[in-house]
Formats: sequence, C-alpha cells, structure tokens
Amino acid sequence: MSLQEQWVAFLTILTKEIRRFLRIWPQTLLPPAITMALYFVIFGNLIGSRVGEVGGFDYMQYIVPGLIMMSVIQNSYGNVVSSFFGTKFQHSIEEMLVSPMSSLVILSGFVAGGVARGLAVGAIVTCLALFFTDLRPEHLWLTLLVVLLTSVLFSLAGFINAIFANSFDDISIIPTFVLTPLTYLGGVFYSLDQLSEFWRGVSLLNPVVYMVNTFRYGILGVSDVNVWISLGAIITITAGMFCFCLWLLQRGVGIRH
Amino acid sequence: MTALSIRHLSKTYASGVQALRDISLDVEKGEFFALLGPNGAGKSTTIGIVSSLVNATQGEVTVFGHSLERERGLAKKLIGVVPQEFNFNQFEKVGDIVVTQAGFYGIPRARALQQAEKYLRKLGLWEKRNSQARQLSGGMKRRLMIARALVHEPELLILDEPTAGVDIELRRSMWDFLTELNGQGKTIILTTHYLEEAESLCRRIAIIDHGTIVENTDMKSLLEKLQVETFILDLAQPVSAAPVLNGFEVRLRDARTLEVAVPKTEALNSVFQQLAAHDISVMSMRNKANRLEELFLRLVERNLPGEASA
Repeated sequence: MSLQEQWVAFLTILTKEIRRFLRIWPQTLLPPAITMALYFVIFGNLIGSRVGEVGGFDYMQYIVPGLIMMSVIQNSYGNVVSSFFGTKFQHSIEEMLVSPMSSLVILSGFVAGGVARGLAVGAIVTCLALFFTDLRPEHLWLTLLVVLLTSVLFSLAGFINAIFANSFDDISIIPTFVLTPLTYLGGVFYSLDQLSEFWRGVSLLNPVVYMVNTFRYGILGVSDVNVWISLGAIITITAGMFCFCLWLLQRGVGIRH
Repeated sequence: MTALSIRHLSKTYASGVQALRDISLDVEKGEFFALLGPNGAGKSTTIGIVSSLVNATQGEVTVFGHSLERERGLAKKLIGVVPQEFNFNQFEKVGDIVVTQAGFYGIPRARALQQAEKYLRKLGLWEKRNSQARQLSGGMKRRLMIARALVHEPELLILDEPTAGVDIELRRSMWDFLTELNGQGKTIILTTHYLEEAESLCRRIAIIDHGTIVENTDMKSLLEKLQVETFILDLAQPVSAAPVLNGFEVRLRDARTLEVAVPKTEALNSVFQQLAAHDISVMSMRNKANRLEELFLRLVERNLPGEASA
C-alpha cells in the first residue's frame, strides 16, 4: 500500500472508532461526566472545604488534575479494550485481516480511537471542573504532552488486554482489579508527602503516580516526583508497549489460528 | 497466468490436528474453480490461509505471481473473500460496512461511496443501505458479504459456501451474478456443499479430503469417470414390481417411477426395448441429481482410512 492509501486506511479506522463512541454516548461520554461532577461536589466542595490546603492549594484545586487524568486513563483503556474485543468477538476483525493494511496501521487506528475518546472525556471533565475551580496551566505544552502520552499508553494497555481476552469477563477483570486500584492509589486524592515512608515507597512503584504528578505539575506547578524522570519513563514504557503490541499483531496472537 | 498457486501447503493446529498435508494447487486466471470436500476436509483451512486468517505451518501461496509471505500487501489487494460465517458488525449500517471495507484497502471516501453504491445496487441492497446489518434476512446478509468483498474490485474472488442456507430462488440469482462476474474476467474459487452448484458453475474442480487433494481436474474429465449414469423414468401405468432388464440395475421408487442405472457401455435404446417387452410405457425421463454427488461419494469413500480430520 502506498503512504496515501495507508493514511486513508488509518483514517477509516479512526473515524469508525469515533463514530462508535459517539453513537453510544450515554455509555461512553455521559457516565464519566456525571461521576466526575459527583467527585467535584462531594470531595472537592463538601469534604474538601474541611481538608484545607494540600501542597499550597485548596483541596479542590489539588484533586482536579488527578481526576482529569483518571478519566483520561479509564476511557482510553476502556475504548480500545471494548472495541477491539468486540471486533474479535463478532469476527469483524477478519475484515481488517484480509485487507492489505499493515499491523502498524491497524494498531495506530485503534490507539488513535482510544486517545480520541480519552481526550474527549478529559475535555468534558475539564469543562466541568471550571464550574468549581479556576484552572490556568503553568506549563501548557507539558500538560498536553503528558495527557497525550498517558492516553496512548493506556490505549495500548487496553489493546493488550483485548488481544488476550477470550470472554467479556476477561475485559472487565483488569479494569476492576488492577486499573481502578492503581488510579485511586495513584496520588489523585492525596500528596505522597502525607504518607509514611513505607507507603510512600510502595506508591512510587505505581506508574500512575508519575503520570498524575507530571500532569499536576503541568497545571499547578507542583509534583511529588521528578517530572522529567517521569516523562522519560512514560515515553520509554509507551514505546516498549507499542513495539510489544505490534509484535503481537504481526504474530496474530489471539486473532489468527 | 496463474491466479492462485499453492505449493506444498501444510497446516497443523495447536491441538495437533493436521488439517492440510502438503497440498499443491493451481488456479488459472479467469477460471471458475470449485473446491469440494466433506466437512472437516480442509477447505476452510485452505481458504483461511489464502485470505491470511490462518497461519500456514509450511508451504507457499502466490496470488497473480505475488507471494503472500513476501508481498503480502500486493497479494491481498487482489483477493476478495466471502467467508462462510457472517463476520461483520451486526450493529453497523449496511452502507457503512461496505464503505469502511473500501477504506481498509486505501480507497478514498468519495470513490468508496461510488463503489459501495455500485455493488449494493447490483446485489439488491441499495434500499437497505441505512438499515443495521442485523435487520437483514440471512440471504441479504450473504449478499452484503459479497458486496463487501467486491468493493475494492479484486481480481480473485473466493467464496466459502456462499449459498449455504439460501433459498433456491436466491441461490439461482447468486449463480447468475457469479457467472456474470466470471464472464467479466474475474477468477472465482468457491467451496460448496451443493455439488449441483459446482457442476453448474465451475469448469475446474478439486476434491479435498483428510487434508489432501484426491482429485484435481476439469469438470468434463471428472464426470467422464462416472461409469454408470442413473435415470429416473416416469411411467404411464403403475407397476407392482421393478421389471428385470438384462444388463441394467432397476429399482422401483414408487408405483409410477423407476430408477435405472445405465452403464456407459450400454445404449439407452436397449432399456426402452426391454421395457416395451414388459408392456411398460415411459412418459418422461430425467437424469438423477446429482451425477457429481455419486462420483464425489465414491472418491471420498475410497479415501476413508479412519484418520483424524480438521
């Protein structure tokens, strides 16, 4: 396929993915908006007013970056895992496998779809947050870069989950038992400085901590970890996962006999 | 030119089942080719490998001279596949399914829309373009898969049991459509359970059983291998028992119908002479369907070693 044909094929998958999550917006865009609005009201307003300042910011301001990142993570992952597993389940993956599209185009298309939903939900949550607090990014480009990279990383994670999944149970186990604990314990609601030495050490093993804190640094200018090391780690892990996904697709793991 | 060349193709599944055992096959450009075999013979595995849905254990496939291994993109562009099972998103609209498939082949949207309209109209689905695929009847879904397979104008069309579960009228119209496509120069390979279908449409035929090709020849030569042809005779008056005819095997199907097996070496005149001697008049006569079926069963029975198949 020529470069132009590959571009058309990539746009076809991306458009298909965007159309899919827009068509089922009550399942994809509305729930995170409602959940995050509740977080803002309950944790930010009602409880937050009694917590006081964290890291020099009022509690609402402190948790908003983490909550935006949480919604981006969950939706990027959720979009790819459900969409790719759905194509496997209905065998419509065969439409792509018989075509001359390369594995790179297929993977990029699904990841771009996950990023599109992650960023769309992130934008909705950001707009909602503006009703509760003032948001003026300290480092705009870093904020955009880290949210994009995180979205790509979790889209890839969702892709790996879908490749190995054999049932609908398999695509809900990881989000429920791995992703949710990692995000809730990823420094969204608290600063690592508030933890004991032991739990701080344990928290530093959680990759979500680095993403949330780098994003928070981009918006508020404060972080519990070194943002440049975090950024390097995110880029390295994303690149590694991308190569792994490409290898899985080329070998046909989970999709070809 | 050879449209499809298969060389020493083998497939052993992870379960250990050996589905294909060193098969080789050539299909020439413009041919209408049938691949026949009983369930689990290896037909779908062969098609799966050619359409890149199954990884071969060994062997090589080339499509119009392009290796499926080394020039995958070029080879795949030339193939259109209509699978046995429905494999589209049931919740998508009919038009979107076909246009999206064109996009997967790198066809820009404006041209994809034209191509989709052309084939949806040809297959009588244009009025359903805005319906969800799940709302279509079984026959319409099968036609949708044909439209989808043709949208990028492939040179080689592969159909895996395209008329399974389709009513007779629709089956006939699909035969006409496929014959028209073949007439336009497209090479067509089909697998089918309906041997009548293969006999009516295909000029060449391969029979696969237990993962090996047991016959690969043109239809005429294959049918010539039949040493006996069976005829059905409708009688003017009922008879109580099958008459004994010298040199022919006769069976009474019902009081007014006889089934007579005629060896290729004997003339039909002899049958009528002997029936006249028994005072039996024949009102009409027809060939028993299906000649190919008889041969197929003989070839497959000959190859029944009791081995595992996929």
